[in-house]
Amino acid sequence: MNRNDFPMLNKDLIYFDNAATTFKPQIVIDRINKYYINQSVNINRSDYDLSQELSTEIEKIRTQVKNFIHAEDSKEIIFTSGGTHSLNMVVFGFCASYLKPGDEVLTTETEHASLVLPFFELAETNQIKVNYIDLDKNNEVVLENVKKAITPKTKVIALAHITNVIGDVRPLQEIIEYAHLHNILVIIDGAQSISHLKVDVKQLDVDFYAFSGHKMMGPTGIGILYGKYNLLEQMKPLILGGGVSATFQKEGQYLLKNIPEKFEAGTQNLSGILGLGSAIEYLEKNRDEVYLQKLKKYALSKMKEISQIKIYNEYSKGPIIIFNVNNVFSQDTAIYLSKKKIAIRSGNHCAKLLNNLGLNNTCRLSLYFYNTKEEIDSLIKALNNENILEESL
Amino acid sequence: MNSNLKREIIIENNSHPFHKETKGEEYIKINTRNESCIDNINLFLKIENNLIVDLYFDGEACAISTSVTSIMIKTLIGKTLDEALVISEEFEKMINEQEYNKNILGELNVYDEIYKQPNRKNCAILPFKGLKQIIKKSD
Repeated sequence: MNRNDFPMLNKDLIYFDNAATTFKPQIVIDRINKYYINQSVNINRSDYDLSQELSTEIEKIRTQVKNFIHAEDSKEIIFTSGGTHSLNMVVFGFCASYLKPGDEVLTTETEHASLVLPFFELAETNQIKVNYIDLDKNNEVVLENVKKAITPKTKVIALAHITNVIGDVRPLQEIIEYAHLHNILVIIDGAQSISHLKVDVKQLDVDFYAFSGHKMMGPTGIGILYGKYNLLEQMKPLILGGGVSATFQKEGQYLLKNIPEKFEAGTQNLSGILGLGSAIEYLEKNRDEVYLQKLKKYALSKMKEISQIKIYNEYSKGPIIIFNVNNVFSQDTAIYLSKKKIAIRSGNHCAKLLNNLGLNNTCRLSLYFYNTKEEIDSLIKALNNENILEESL
Repeated sequence: MNSNLKREIIIENNSHPFHKETKGEEYIKINTRNESCIDNINLFLKIENNLIVDLYFDGEACAISTSVTSIMIKTLIGKTLDEALVISEEFEKMINEQEYNKNILGELNVYDEIYKQPNRKNCAILPFKGLKQIIKKSD
């Protein structure tokens, strides 16, 4: 990946908070600007050329997303405001009517709030139950434990593909296969995986797959929900407005359009969709997972040489390392590194159930394709210091 | 006070905080936390005749929050509730770069340069936020 493509990399900052959001290449920024400078009209409502051309372009991006995640039909691709929005749509638009009182949802204690909290709300309003799959000694999910956690009442399994703290890659293929044998639907949060794994929703046979644009070099405020056609047909839109209805009458009857239109009320984030298209194009050309894995291995080996550092997820496959410096609170370490112009994240990273696993306060280093060995060396130099706490003050 | 001495006092109160111990039902308890970070502190207060006779804390927090809590507790035991509230107000003024009465803050003056690190301000104020809540609860 060419670092010159990213204006943010010209700043005096070493950025290791890529699981929170990624920097945007110039091609994405240019595409957003092009919309506002040359194409700033609405879609699907007008007969003039500019609007028609833009409508066609937006639909092309829907097809581009379909190809990117290997879906069957571009109608299965819904534009949303982000991964959180996508997951909320599935939980409240689909699960709310699909799940009956007493039904069970299986998840884990390492999931992000955007997956867990909507189900907590549903547990309250619909009397369903949220259960947890036991994790193995590395805090990862293995099929055996999924099997053990399934009961006759389990109707949904909801997991991240890669978690945002442990960074473990879940064995989705086998989990989904097993789940479907037992008539259990599988909902996947792909926010952390979409950049790093070649996602093939058809091969995975996953029922719903959600992700954000901004964690894959796209703009903020745009995300995708993939759902199987027949499931999306059963899903209800959470918001109604312009663009979703075929007809409506003053007596209150209305007829919704088909998928995906019925889920995209109001004017969409058009510049975001266009930027996402450019981000996909850039990612597909420049993604280099081999390089990233090498970089992570290098960082791990160097960090392990520092005796005051404890690493919590040495065996996970994702580009994330969580650690602490002995006797230094994670936030103090992050503030110290910030003084050295190094950005990492501290805390529980929106996965508050981690408290139960004793992993509530950690520092998170999350790598991306544009990070370099030299940047890791700067981090190692900063961490090789016995006075981190003192210098954080 | 020079910066090194201030730093030493902060580190000492972080490494060996005063009255860090979980207390039971005989104490009024309140939890105080920062939404923007992970500081999470419980305060345990005992009041007799409007006087703070005992104050403890537990929880997890950064070096600033932990040390402020430790020094706050040392400062406030033996003070009346009104005196505690005045100290709290003056401390917040100091953190927020307003004019304040240095003379009543004692050891808490070690935080008079925290304003230079805006991301630490909430950490410093958190224990006093909790103190105000717990005093209100004791009414």
